[in-house]
Amino acid sequence: MSLQVKDLTVYYQTLRGEVHALESTTFGIADGEIMGLAGESGCGKTTLGQSLIFLNSPMKLIKGRVTLDNKELPIGDMERMNNFRFKKVSIIPQYAMNAMNPTRKIGKMVADLLKSRNVDFKSLLPELKRRLDLVKLSYDVLNMYPIELSGGMKQRMVMVLSTMLNPSLLIADEITSALDVSSQKAVSEMLVQFRDRGYCKSVIVITHDISVLYQIADTILIMYAGQLAEKAPTDVIVHSSQHPYTKMLISTLPEVGVRYVEKQLAGIPGGPPLLLKPPVGCRFRERCPLAFEKCLEKPPFVETEKDHFVACWKAGA
Amino acid sequence: MAQPRKQNEALYFMRRNAKLQIGVAIVFLFIILALVGPLLTKYQPRDYVAPGAQPPSSEFWFGTTSFGEDVFTQFVYGLRSTFLVGMVGGGLGTLIGILIGFTAGYRGGIADEILNMLTNIVLVVPSLVVLLIVAAYLEVRGLVFESVYIALFSWPWAARAIRAQTFSLRSRDFVDLGRLSGMKPLKIIFTEIAPNMMSYLLLTFILQFGGAILTAATLDFIGLGPTEGMSLGLMMNNATTYSAIMLHMWWWFIPPGLAITAIVGSLYITNVGLDEVFNPKLREM
Amino acid sequence: MSRAGRQVPEEMLTLDGVSKVYRVGTFGGKSLVAVNDVSFDVGDSEVVSLIGESGSGKTTIGKMILHLTSISSGAIRFNGVDVSRLNGRARKEYYRHVQGVFQDPFSSYNPIFKADRIFRTIREEFFPKTDSHEWNEKIDSSMRAVGLNPDEVLNKFPHQLSGGQLQRFLIARALLLDVQFLVADEIISMLDASTRVGVLNLLAELKSRGLSILFITHDLSLGYYISQKSVILYRGCVVEMGPTEQVYHHPLHPYTKMLMACVPRLGMKWECGEIEVTNPKVKQPDLPSGCAYYDRCPVAGNKRDCSTSPSLVEVELGHFVACWRQTKQES
Repeated sequence: MSLQVKDLTVYYQTLRGEVHALESTTFGIADGEIMGLAGESGCGKTTLGQSLIFLNSPMKLIKGRVTLDNKELPIGDMERMNNFRFKKVSIIPQYAMNAMNPTRKIGKMVADLLKSRNVDFKSLLPELKRRLDLVKLSYDVLNMYPIELSGGMKQRMVMVLSTMLNPSLLIADEITSALDVSSQKAVSEMLVQFRDRGYCKSVIVITHDISVLYQIADTILIMYAGQLAEKAPTDVIVHSSQHPYTKMLISTLPEVGVRYVEKQLAGIPGGPPLLLKPPVGCRFRERCPLAFEKCLEKPPFVETEKDHFVACWKAGA
Repeated sequence: MAQPRKQNEALYFMRRNAKLQIGVAIVFLFIILALVGPLLTKYQPRDYVAPGAQPPSSEFWFGTTSFGEDVFTQFVYGLRSTFLVGMVGGGLGTLIGILIGFTAGYRGGIADEILNMLTNIVLVVPSLVVLLIVAAYLEVRGLVFESVYIALFSWPWAARAIRAQTFSLRSRDFVDLGRLSGMKPLKIIFTEIAPNMMSYLLLTFILQFGGAILTAATLDFIGLGPTEGMSLGLMMNNATTYSAIMLHMWWWFIPPGLAITAIVGSLYITNVGLDEVFNPKLREM
Repeated sequence: MSRAGRQVPEEMLTLDGVSKVYRVGTFGGKSLVAVNDVSFDVGDSEVVSLIGESGSGKTTIGKMILHLTSISSGAIRFNGVDVSRLNGRARKEYYRHVQGVFQDPFSSYNPIFKADRIFRTIREEFFPKTDSHEWNEKIDSSMRAVGLNPDEVLNKFPHQLSGGQLQRFLIARALLLDVQFLVADEIISMLDASTRVGVLNLLAELKSRGLSILFITHDLSLGYYISQKSVILYRGCVVEMGPTEQVYHHPLHPYTKMLMACVPRLGMKWECGEIEVTNPKVKQPDLPSGCAYYDRCPVAGNKRDCSTSPSLVEVELGHFVACWRQTKQES
C-alpha cells in the first residue's frame, strides 16, 4: 500500500485544555488512488491533512505511525520531515491563491523553491513547460507577478508548483472551495490528469463538497468529530453506504432535480460535539437515530465487505 | 458589557507579559514620586537654600544648582508638570484625533477627503516655527497653553490610525446590520464601532501621552516652554545654559534627562506589551 | 430595458433598469460597471433566486435593494412606490418591511456583545413604547417561528452558538418587524451540509406564510430546491430569467448551459470533454460594448454583434433570454 496510517491521534493545545481533534485514525491508500476526505466543519479532515505534512504547534502528536512507500514518515519531527516535504509528500493548501509571494515574479519563486530542495531549475524547465501546457497556462506566466493572474490561474499555478517533484502523496486541501463553478470543473479534472500522468501517485482531496468528490475520487473517507466513519469506493458511499451518518449526510444534499414542494429534505438535528471533552465511545451517538447502549463503546473501523470500512455497531442496518 | 471570557483572557496575559509589567512599574514609580515628592521638601523650586553648586548630600539629595536652588525640589515639581502636560496634551490630542478619525473613517467620500487634507496640512506645518512666532507675541505662557499647543499639532497621528481602524470595522456585516436597524450614524459609531476599538484607543492614548511629554521636554529645553513654573526640560535648559557639563555638575542634568528617558521609554514598552496582550496573533504560546 | 408600456400588475418589488457604476483609478478617471441595466421583479409570497458567480454583481444588487449602497441609475419600486432614493424617516419605514440576512453569521454580530442585543436594537429603534412583557412574548413567538428554543439560545455570546443558530437568530430579528421582503445573501454557504437544509426549509416555510425572498446564491442546486423564479447574472447583466424549472431544464443562454453542465451532481458524472479554461486578463473595468459573454461563448458570431448588448427577449411564457443567437433563430 502506498500510504498506511495507523492509530494516528493528534490533539490541539489550547488555554483550556486539549482538543481531541483526531482520535485513533487507521486507514490506507493504494498507489494511484484518489481518496476524497469529506466531512463537516470540525470533523478533523484539515487536521489529518495537515498532520501528514506539517505537524506544528499547537498541534501535538499523541501517538500513531505513518508509512509512505514502506518507509516511515516522521511526521512528529519537523526537522526530519524537511527531506520528505515537496519530494515525497506535497500539499496544495487552502487559499492556495494567496500562497504566492506577491512581490516576486512567479518564475523566480519556482527557482528558489527548487533550489531549496537542491534541484536545478534549468534542468526542470522543459518539464515545467510541459506541465504549464497541461493546465493551459502560457509560459509568460513565469514572468508575471501573482497579482496579474486571476484566482483560477493562481490555483492552477500552485498545483503545478506542488507537484513539480512528482510526490508520492499529494494533499489537496479545499482547492475548489473558493472557485467559480467552471474553474472548479477545470481544476478537478486537472487533478485527475496529474494522477493519470504520474505527476503524483496518490491524492487526498479534502473538501466538504461530496458532489465534486463523486466526479473525481476513487474512494471517499467520511469523518465525523475526529473519528473515521466510513471508507468505501465512491459509488458505494453515495448509493449504498452503511454508516448512519453517511446515509443522513448524503440525503441532506439538495440536487438539481429536487424541489422543496415535491420532496422536503431533512437535515440532521443538533450539532457536532465539542472536542475539548469529547463524548465517550462513538461521537455520533447523540444525533444518531440508531444509537443503543453498545454505542458507548467506540466501534472499530472494520472491513465489512471488500474495500468497504465502517465504524458502526449497526453497519448495514 | 465586554465578554467575560475576553476580559479574563486579557487579564491573564497582562499578568504574564514582562514588558507590560516593567513599563507600568517604572511609570507608576515616577507618578508616585510626582505626587508625593513635593510633600517631602519644604522648599519651592526657585528658593535659595544654600551656597551654589553643591553635589548630592544627605541634606540635599540631588545637590544644588549654580544658583543654590535645591535640585530635588525642582525635580519633583518638574515631574508634576511633565505628567500634567502628558495628560492634558496627550488627552486633548487623542480626543481631537478620535473625532476626526471616526468621522473620516465612517463617512468616507467628500468628508473623508476634506478631513484628510486638513490632517495633511497640520502635519506639514512646521510647529516649531509657528511656536516661535507665537512666543514672540505671548510674553507670558502657561502650562495649559503648552499642552493645548502640543495637542493641536499631534492629533494627526491619532486621527490617521483611528480612521484606518474605523474603515476596516465599517465594512463588517454587523455595521450593515446596524444600518438596517435604522440606527443613526453617530449611534453606530459609538455603540458598535468604538467599543470594538477600545484597546486600540488605549494604545493611541498612551502613545500620545508619551509623545506629549517628549515634545514638551524638547520645547522647554530650547526655551519655548512655559514662562513660569518648573519642568524637567527647563532644568536641562538651565543646566546647559550655565555650563553644568563643563563644571561636572552631573547632578543637575542627569536626573531630569534620565527621568524623561525612563518615562517615555517605559510608556512605549508598555504600549508594545499591551499590543501583544490585545492582539492574539502576536502572543507567544 | 424599461418595462414601461407593458401591462403588468404591480409586483411587490420591481427593479427597473438598475445600474451601479463605480469610479476607479486615479482621480476616478475610469468607471467600473458592477450592475448593468438590470430589471426583474419579485411577486407576493415568491422566492426568486439570483444566481451568479463572483463578479456578477449579485451582492451589489442586494445592497442596493437594502439601501446600503446608492443606485447610480434606474429605479426600484416597492409595492408600486419608488424607493430608489430614501432618506431619514422614509428609509426607516422602509426597513420595517424590507430586511436582509448576510453570508457570514459570525461577522454579523458585534463580537463583544451578546447575541440577543440585536433584538434590543430593534426594540429601541422601532418599538420604543412596547412594554417588557409584550416584547418578551414577541421575541418568544419569533424564535419559535424560526425553530429556536429560547431557553437554549438567549443570553449567549455569538461564539457560543453555531452558525445555523446564528442565521436563524437573524431571521427571527427580521420577523420581529413587519417584513414582507427578505434579501438572503448567500446565507447558507458558510453553514455545514447538515444544517443547511434546516435553514432552507425554514425559508420555504416562511414563504408559504407570506414572505417574499430574494435568494442570492452561486449554488445552483439550492436555487432549484427553493425558488419559483430564477435570474441568471453574468458580469452585471441579466442573461436569462424565468420559471426555475424552465431555466434549469431548458437553458437557452450559452452561459446558463455552461453552468448547468459544470455543476457537480451526485449520480451523474461530468461529460468528459476538453477541459475549457479561461485565462482572463485581470482587471478589466470597462465592460466592452456588445454581449458580456462574448469572450467565452462557444457559439458566438464572428464579430461582436453590433455595439449594443443584447436585450432580454421573451422566448416562451415568462422565460427571457438576452442572446443574439436566440433572437436570430426566432427571426
